[in-house]
Amino acid sequence: MSGKKEKQMLEIKGLHASVEGTEILKGLDLEVGAGEVHAIMGPNGSGKSTLANVLAGREEYQVDSGTVKYNGLDLLELAADERACEGIFMAFQYPVSIPGISNAYFLRTALNALRRYRDESEIDAVDFLELVRSRMELVGMDQKLLQRAVNDGFSGGEKKRNEILQMAVLDPKLSILDETDSGLDIDALRVVAAGVNALRTEDRSFIIVTHYQRLLDHIVPDRVHVLSGGRIVRSGGKDLALELEKEGYSWLEADDAKAGSGA
Amino acid sequence: MSEKDELRELADREYEYGFVTDVESDALPPGLDETTIKEISRLKCEPEWLLEFRLKAYRHWITMTDPSWAKVKRNTIDYQQIIYYSAPKAKKSIDSLDEVDPELLETFEKLGISLDEQKRLSGVAVDAVFDSVSVVTTFSDKLADLGIIFGSFSDAVNKHPELVRKYLGSVVPYTDNFFAALNAAVFSDGSFCYIPAGVKCPMELSTYFRINAAGTGQFERTLIVAEERSTVSYLEGCTAPMRDENQLHAAVVELVALEEATIKYSTIQNWYPGDSEGVGGIYNFVTKRGMCKGDRSKISWTQVETGSAVTWKYPSCVLLGDESVGEFYSVALTNNMQQADTGTKMVHIGKRTTSTIISKGISAGRGQNTYRGLVDVKKGAEGARNFSQCDSMLLGDRCGAHTFPYIEVRNPTAKVEHEATTSKIGEDQIFYCNQRGISTEDAISMIVNGFCKEVFSELPMEFAVEAQKLLAVSLEGSVG
Repeated sequence: MSGKKEKQMLEIKGLHASVEGTEILKGLDLEVGAGEVHAIMGPNGSGKSTLANVLAGREEYQVDSGTVKYNGLDLLELAADERACEGIFMAFQYPVSIPGISNAYFLRTALNALRRYRDESEIDAVDFLELVRSRMELVGMDQKLLQRAVNDGFSGGEKKRNEILQMAVLDPKLSILDETDSGLDIDALRVVAAGVNALRTEDRSFIIVTHYQRLLDHIVPDRVHVLSGGRIVRSGGKDLALELEKEGYSWLEADDAKAGSGA
Repeated sequence: MSEKDELRELADREYEYGFVTDVESDALPPGLDETTIKEISRLKCEPEWLLEFRLKAYRHWITMTDPSWAKVKRNTIDYQQIIYYSAPKAKKSIDSLDEVDPELLETFEKLGISLDEQKRLSGVAVDAVFDSVSVVTTFSDKLADLGIIFGSFSDAVNKHPELVRKYLGSVVPYTDNFFAALNAAVFSDGSFCYIPAGVKCPMELSTYFRINAAGTGQFERTLIVAEERSTVSYLEGCTAPMRDENQLHAAVVELVALEEATIKYSTIQNWYPGDSEGVGGIYNFVTKRGMCKGDRSKISWTQVETGSAVTWKYPSCVLLGDESVGEFYSVALTNNMQQADTGTKMVHIGKRTTSTIISKGISAGRGQNTYRGLVDVKKGAEGARNFSQCDSMLLGDRCGAHTFPYIEVRNPTAKVEHEATTSKIGEDQIFYCNQRGISTEDAISMIVNGFCKEVFSELPMEFAVEAQKLLAVSLEGSVG
């Protein structure tokens, strides 16, 4: 474990966060090493999406206390776009549509913003197209979607694939998938998983937020954490997900009740 | 530099064209009466009939009152405080660019209009109007080979009096409205363009208007006549220095399209909008109208309005010829304290006439944006069709968007459609862009450009790019 410490990517300590005055995260600790895939599971309302949004820097999510270190940076000091430029990517649970802006244009604008941040020259149209086409094959996406407006009129599956496509093109260091599996049929699920697996390397990390175990059949995690009541209450290896699948989350409520009566 | 500093710098950047050029000018003292008008006419060595036209207009104007129906708040204008004629002092008549005052050329360089390097403007002929006078026209010789007349209005009065006399005031009579009457009385120059029958003008014709002198009003007049089966695309651009007082710009544009002729008229209006508290800026009260006189003729207006403290204009089409076509594509942006009341009038008189109206209003800061449009189908306009689409976009919660569509239909076979939407750039859209590394400023500019795409695609290529940039600059500091 101490050997891994040097390659620590994300270190969350005692994180408290609230939305519109309601505290959701209540002292969350999490460490993610470079190259690791962590799954965050837990019942509805446990704070999974809040964690994803806090890491991405959404303004409506207020951090009350705690620290988040990311590759040596104080993540909470950075604006959302700076975080993205530093390599944090969130695949949205509900990707928004932007009428009038083609998918290709949007993606190229984003890619060039990242490149400018890294003092690299902007990518030209030809190289860009080549890159996007190769990544589209990876996620099995219809090329026609490139010219359509961003997520405008896309089906649920198309939107999720589009998120994975963006991830594949933007090449982030830390990807956070916020319930990317929700509402997907098994084929789409396989495509999403194949996309993630193809991107797994020694220095890319993933946080996969999910309610169900089934995505984890296709993306095998290094660690599984159970989030409940705004804290991580249990962590383990990939088998923990299978256990949860069998037992459900009801045991958590029993634990909570115990903890409640104990206090 | 961190992104925040960059944003701050962007937000603090002000009107780029706010410089004043130090050129000697001849000006009349402020104030307006018949003597002023006679003096303008004399200075311009005008024929008697034109002076008569001016005086008739003036006598009509003094019977009229300054209109107040537009949805704008503004200071009352003291018409006796305005200088009605200001011209860069010309040492002699100018034949080539080499003889133009270098200060003037520098001004146009600063504006990005390099009159000198015609290569950079390949395919664009420019007429530059400085204060009230046309200072230089490029490419007129080449155009003359095709029989195209393009140059200053004053020149045309002297060289082609029969054409000017025939069409002047034929589309916008001096009785039309208060500002049209004022313009007819005091207009000092402008552009004139004549395309002979069957000629397709091989290049974009362009006029750049610049108000320089303090306390002056600009009253230019543009007249474009396209003979049968001819085609022309025309573009005007406008800038002015930053001044604390409001300056009046009251222009008149008349277009005449004869049988099967096509006129495309594009405007990029970037007059000084005043500061963020609403001090200063141009009052842009302009009358623009095109007459589709011949059958199957077509007039298309495209405007990108980003400047001026108050904009008040309705480029219109009178569809007289059968199967004639009128189009209006508009982007109007108001930021800070700017106000715009703009739109169009489509008057269907001929049979099977069609018109299209696409209006995109963007309000930011405390800006107020009004679309006001009239679709008027007269009794004889058998089978007339109109399609109107008015979209408004709001940035922030202190601005306003208003739509006043007027529809008058007197022919039962007409088909008129009107669609309107209002949208707000959502926090979630901005966050989505931020999360992909796109800054808030860039995200807004991208979303707004997407919103305006249908209009920008109507602009000539090089100006579409200019329009996008202009929009981005005008929106700077509108968020955050």
